[in-house]
Amino acid sequence: MPVNSDLTKNKAVNIRDLIQQNKEKKSNREKFEKSIPALLFLIASVSILTTIGIVSTLLMETVEFFKRVPIVDFFTGTVLKPLSQTPSFGVLPLIMGTVTSSLIAMAVAAPIGLMTAIYLSEYASEKVRKTVKPLLEVLAGVPTIVYGFFAFTFVTPLLKTFIPTLEATNILSPGIVMGVMIIPMIASLSEDAMSSVPNSMREGALGLGATKLEVTGRVVIPAALSGIIASFVLGISRAIGETMIVTIASGSTKNFTFDITQSMQTMTAYIVEVTGGDAPAGSTIYYSLYAVAMTLFLFTLLMNIMARKISRKFREEY
Amino acid sequence: MEYISTNRVARKMSARLLLNNLSKFIFLLATFFGIFVLGVLIYRVVSQGIGWLNVDFLTGRLSTQADRAGIMGAILGTFWLMMVVVPVTMFLGIGTAIYLELYAKKGRLQSFIQTNISNLAGVPSIVYGILGLTVFVRTLDFGNIVLAGGLTMSLLILPIVIVVSQEALRSVPQHLSEASYGMGATKWQTIQKVILPVALPGILTGAILSLSRAIGETAPLVVIGIPALLLPFPGSILDKFTVLPMQIYYWTLDSSLMAEYANLAAATIIVLLVALLILNSTAIIIRNKFQKRY
Repeated sequence: MPVNSDLTKNKAVNIRDLIQQNKEKKSNREKFEKSIPALLFLIASVSILTTIGIVSTLLMETVEFFKRVPIVDFFTGTVLKPLSQTPSFGVLPLIMGTVTSSLIAMAVAAPIGLMTAIYLSEYASEKVRKTVKPLLEVLAGVPTIVYGFFAFTFVTPLLKTFIPTLEATNILSPGIVMGVMIIPMIASLSEDAMSSVPNSMREGALGLGATKLEVTGRVVIPAALSGIIASFVLGISRAIGETMIVTIASGSTKNFTFDITQSMQTMTAYIVEVTGGDAPAGSTIYYSLYAVAMTLFLFTLLMNIMARKISRKFREEY
Repeated sequence: MEYISTNRVARKMSARLLLNNLSKFIFLLATFFGIFVLGVLIYRVVSQGIGWLNVDFLTGRLSTQADRAGIMGAILGTFWLMMVVVPVTMFLGIGTAIYLELYAKKGRLQSFIQTNISNLAGVPSIVYGILGLTVFVRTLDFGNIVLAGGLTMSLLILPIVIVVSQEALRSVPQHLSEASYGMGATKWQTIQKVILPVALPGILTGAILSLSRAIGETAPLVVIGIPALLLPFPGSILDKFTVLPMQIYYWTLDSSLMAEYANLAAATIIVLLVALLILNSTAIIIRNKFQKRY
């Protein structure tokens, strides 16, 4: 039948077209598929660009700074007077402030964080753990500016009733508050390390008649030591980079002292002071900002790499 | 003849048990120390600031007079900041995570990017501030507008968003994507239609949590330079702005000049903490509600 044959003929044409169309579609699809990895790589490279951006901006301006102030004077100078008639740029007072505040913070955070981790991992029931851990997460989620407010308006006046010579801005109070801020971090990282110690080791020690404390002290902590130390190092790194608490509560006196009741400026607080003061671009003060930031960056980078190395290298595999 | 002196054993044992119980008590105290401080902090802030929290304070403009000051500008500033941070970090964060988890070949380049990201996560926020100041504010000459602050904040939280997105993508079971490939789907179709929808709750949870970090973060914005007394409300991402944490910062600093400023700071902290609470509960709800188990 003519009608029928016409139909088949049409159909054949249609199918040929369809195959052609399909091929085109497929090759378009393939082109699209092939372009995706390249596109995603571009997106992924933003994180590399960020690193390059940080390092290059810091490096360029730091080099400019060291053309004006000798590098030896910067790292050995104990006097920092950027605004005086005869400016002096020694970074040691800032390093002193940073190290002191971090040590105070760790004196609070390391023992309390570790004990919290021990309690949660070795003693607490599932129910207690489920209530305490979210609360610690809340503690970790409080913005640092709130801690700064707390240190300045509550902890300092409170400490003053015990230490009358305490100044209104001092390094002790922000140090302690920073310690409180770091507790959850150390507790959670150390707890992770301790929980990953296999139960068979605990049971072995318990079977020999050890008390729970002895099991914790002689078996669990030695086995989890790399993770615990790594958590301490990360805690120090966090304390070194912390800005708002020390800026608010420790003031801007560039003291080179061991007296923790006095105001001491940290590297981070110096950066805030200089950028807040609208230092004219091109002045030595402006460049000093980058030199201090570079020092801070290297400090924390070193700590973070160290923490990773420790937890990887000394990890005992079971 | 007695081989074991039960007396001595009992004496020694009781000392060991006493020490055991005592230390358990000390560990418990240490655990509650952090929570106790949190309680004191919240009690302090609320008791100091609640009296200042009213509609006029929430909707008013900034002022040097404590009883006339309001924080609407800072609330809007925080909102516009998020309008930059959310799309930028979601796009870059998820894109990078997909690349690293699903496309990159395991090798030098991939581990280099991965190490780089974990190093970036440890860089102090103030250093990002300096990057933002140098690149966005000065070199690209944006000035201290929302866009500059938002891009700086985005770079700051990007490493966290990438890492949580990677974890979410990794937790998608293999058999789902294999089924998709078996039906003839291409790689991108599989990612788009199968992997991403499954991973989305996890990604969203992580992204919201890192957003709450961006909302509370102050240091990078201090460095970029935010005016202490900004009267006009920001209306787009190209306007000058202030945010809640910045206002807390300025009021806390000036509280030694005028005691009422401390109360304003406390009231602003309440607003900030409530905002964070809402965000974090949303994240938890999403996690619990939409996360399917396979």
